[in-house]
Amino acid sequence: MVKQQKSNIPFVHRPAAHCENGVTSNLLNFYGIDLSEPMIFGIGSGLFFSYMPFIKLNYLPVISFRPLPGWIFKRVTKSLKIKIIRKKFPNPKKAMDALDENLRKGIPTGCVIGVFHLTYFPKPYRFHFNAHNIIVFGRENGDYLISDPIMENPEKLSYNDLKRVRYAKGTWPPIGGMYFVKQPSEGYDLKTAIIRGIKKTCQDMLHIPVPMFGVKGIRYLAKRMRKWPAKPGPKKASLYLGQVIRMLEEIGTGGAGFRFIYAAFLQEAAGVLGQEWLNDVSAEMTEAGDRWRQFAVMSGRIFKNRANSKETYEDAADILVDIADREEKIFKRLKTISLEE
Amino acid sequence: MRKKEVPQDDEGLMEGKIKDLCYALDENGKYVQVFSTGWGPKNAAMKQAWDEIREKVERTRQRVLAGEISPVAYYMEKNIMNIPLLAQYLELPKRKVRKHLKPQVFLKLDKKILEKYAETFAITVDELCTLNESGKD
Repeated sequence: MVKQQKSNIPFVHRPAAHCENGVTSNLLNFYGIDLSEPMIFGIGSGLFFSYMPFIKLNYLPVISFRPLPGWIFKRVTKSLKIKIIRKKFPNPKKAMDALDENLRKGIPTGCVIGVFHLTYFPKPYRFHFNAHNIIVFGRENGDYLISDPIMENPEKLSYNDLKRVRYAKGTWPPIGGMYFVKQPSEGYDLKTAIIRGIKKTCQDMLHIPVPMFGVKGIRYLAKRMRKWPAKPGPKKASLYLGQVIRMLEEIGTGGAGFRFIYAAFLQEAAGVLGQEWLNDVSAEMTEAGDRWRQFAVMSGRIFKNRANSKETYEDAADILVDIADREEKIFKRLKTISLEE
Repeated sequence: MRKKEVPQDDEGLMEGKIKDLCYALDENGKYVQVFSTGWGPKNAAMKQAWDEIREKVERTRQRVLAGEISPVAYYMEKNIMNIPLLAQYLELPKRKVRKHLKPQVFLKLDKKILEKYAETFAITVDELCTLNESGKD
């Protein structure tokens, strides 16, 4: 059972797989729009793939299964015609004052934070990652009440602990970033929003004219992966492969790099739009997700370098090529969607 | 993924504090939310990343003990930082931080700077100078 904290703001905390989906879903719910996490993810076109080997983070090539942080929230609120305010504060004191002012007015407020100093997070997950999202929804005995979608129940942070994570340093420093609803929606059309979200995802997965993104990006990764054991060499190759698995399965993907959340979204969309064929596409997406998981299992054996393992980077890359083919088929089919079946 | 296939390979990585929320198909083929306590391949990838960090920290510790580099380097690696990131936290120029990695320079640092380092690494000045952390991980 989810425990609710006392606050002057009647905010309902619901856990989610991914922080940005969860924050968006919970915030909209406060304003009377009750949409599930998969629905938020689908409307916000959260599914993506990018592989950018020439950009390195902690000496590892950048790979991601989601668009840039903040985009899901931006797309969903835009699509549902909700006006939002986003602010950053060079001065930490002012950032905290602005948050307090919002709480006094009864506005639940989203904050972008870094997780390295996030006290309630398990230690093994505390890397220098600066695009985590939480909602602050009240104060109790000086502490802030926090709705972090990754956590089962609401948490608390002291003034100093919250200030510290709002001013985490490194890649994409949050600089006290916060966001909140200025004006709730004056009416929106869920069906149109769903179709728009799907079309955008198809565009992102099929038609970005450089090889690093979408299904082309998956093939690109496969191609590069085959060469890893030769260059940069076996030791680094195993670190690279481990990195792919961490990004694929890290907290918040709901399994298989968001593929299962997206399949859940397609199921819901089938119901809302009354278009039965989306259930078939959902099933295909589930199969693609299962292939991603097979890829993860094999990769795990490869980078742990089990003596009896005959599998190679070539085998893992073959699975990726198969996944790219499947997903290309899926999105080509989805691309044809319209309000009328 | 079906509900019964949602992995429950708890290896303590989430310290009992969190669970992974997964989406899986129930008996009727409908997607539902299922909590997972962990998954083998993912746990292995996490452990690999931490082994790599620990190895680096230990190598740096040996270099500090050998007098090749200052304790700042050890705590920097321990906090998974590099020079640019550490410099940002300290609000110091990178070249200064780079200088502080030299043992001779470190020995002459004044108390204020040492305190700044200690605060950033969440340790005491004494721990910073001796590498002795009183039983902390």
